[in-house]
Amino acid sequence: MASDPHARDIGEPWLLRLVLVAGACTVITLMLVLPLAVVFAEAFAKGVGYLLSVLSTPDSLAAIRLTLVIAAIVVPANTVFGVAAAWCITRYQFPGRRVLVSLIGLPFSVSPVIAGLVYVLLFGLDGWLGPFLQAHDIKIIFALPGLVLATGFVTLPFVAGQLIPLMQAQGIEQEQAALTLGASGWQIFFRITLPRIRWALLYGVLLCNARAMGEFGAVSVVSGHIRGVTNTMPLHIEILYSEYDLAAAFGVALLLSCMALLTMAAKAFLDWRDHRQFALGAQAALVAPV
Amino acid sequence: MSGSARPIRAGSVAGARSKRRPTVKHNGMLPGFGLTLGLTTAYLGLIVVIPLAGLVLKAGQLGPAQLLAAVASPRSLAAFRVSFGAAAIAAAANGVVGVLLAWTLTRYRFPGRRLLDGLIDLPFALPTAVAGIALTALYVDDGWIGQLLKPLGIVIAFTPAGICVAMAFIGLPFVVRTVQPVLRDLKRDAEEAALTLGATPWQIFRRVILPPLMPAVLTGVALAFARGVGEYGSVIFIAGNRPGVSEIVPLLIVTKLEQYDYPGAAALGTAMLLISFGFLLLIQRSQRRSGVHGL
Repeated sequence: MASDPHARDIGEPWLLRLVLVAGACTVITLMLVLPLAVVFAEAFAKGVGYLLSVLSTPDSLAAIRLTLVIAAIVVPANTVFGVAAAWCITRYQFPGRRVLVSLIGLPFSVSPVIAGLVYVLLFGLDGWLGPFLQAHDIKIIFALPGLVLATGFVTLPFVAGQLIPLMQAQGIEQEQAALTLGASGWQIFFRITLPRIRWALLYGVLLCNARAMGEFGAVSVVSGHIRGVTNTMPLHIEILYSEYDLAAAFGVALLLSCMALLTMAAKAFLDWRDHRQFALGAQAALVAPV
Repeated sequence: MSGSARPIRAGSVAGARSKRRPTVKHNGMLPGFGLTLGLTTAYLGLIVVIPLAGLVLKAGQLGPAQLLAAVASPRSLAAFRVSFGAAAIAAAANGVVGVLLAWTLTRYRFPGRRLLDGLIDLPFALPTAVAGIALTALYVDDGWIGQLLKPLGIVIAFTPAGICVAMAFIGLPFVVRTVQPVLRDLKRDAEEAALTLGATPWQIFRRVILPPLMPAVLTGVALAFARGVGEYGSVIFIAGNRPGVSEIVPLLIVTKLEQYDYPGAAALGTAMLLISFGFLLLIQRSQRRSGVHGL
């Protein structure tokens, strides 16, 4: 730490430093620590027994199960997509490449409510495919497929956003060397590429998962809020909250907060492991296309 | 399909900043172009492009009069004002606070720094509904912060100020995480030179440090703003949601959907989409001009 070039002792007088550090600590406490602390305080307000009883009601269990099912479908799909997209964008040059990057980043800059809205307009009763779906008795909106699609839309950029800048920076010399040695495409991917991107990939998957489990706006629009059927954990929080059952709402919120804290801990571990700062938002990378 | 693709040549891929090395002629293209491009475009098409096109087409079905009625009604205009105003205030506040945080977390070493630095990501990782109810619980009259503000006559929860608080929470990491890498790479020579020439800390910050930092700050502020405008989950709990006063555009869209006013919702959604699209292009343009690269 002492040899850290950024910490060289020049410049500001110590009093100014003290004030700045104290200011930063105050801001972080007010803006970040307190919201987290209040979740824990409110969740345990009525005791551990109440918390456990809240989490084990059929509605809560159904919400937890639904959230896990959605994540189990969306995260693998977006992971495969992210790897494929990063491969074709960073390994070849073709017309429309920049457009593709911009499209991948698009869900980041679209309101989650719009992510839900587009599927309602497509598959809803009054939507483009509504009459066809109704005639064939296929339910998408107010059912699992709609929830999966809306969540998939919102979380689409996470894996690709981590991989594109990294694979672009790594270059393709090693892959091309393997190619000249006669390796097949899959061999190149699994033996050369994957080991070099695994931490960024893992990180993208974690982020994708965190957002998939926590998404509210997009799923709220397509869910229909049917208790025990189309109610995900964040939507369940809203219902409990609007019924003034604060301890219950914060109980479910506590579970999601723990998921968020685990994701952040994993990020810290990966930062340390990989000696680089992962971009949690992955947003700036996509906004400034390669 | 693969006929239009050219292999990236070794030596030209290390990024725009590296000098171009004499390129070796390679005509060995890595396999998988057709598969990955096909998968990527098909997936993007199904999940993003077709649904968004459906939205724009739906709004396009409306006549100009109907469109105007949906987007420019007093209630809609008020919602746009609330959304953009609150997001602008929150983003500006994040610009100042974000630079302070990035500065202290990057430049100083103090106990607990790493923990605080890790906490910056909380708004990215915490589900918005959780953030929404937590912030509301803090700022209501008998909340931890609300009861301190009440004697001062400041009410945050269920007012437009609450919207700013929620958007500031959501947008905070954007500024910090965009500024930090630039600050880390900043050369200290100029600062040292300014110091030996007798500049005050404020002068050094204002004249030496801030100018190269500004593009990153603006990018962070723009990202925070864009996120704030579209934000829904963390805002609706604390906003109070009174039409014309504390109703944001995303909520108005949801309300219209619940009333089965699909055309109205489509018109508002398209308006927001076009605005965020234009904004995104603006950010990209300014980023490319200033040479700020992705994190």
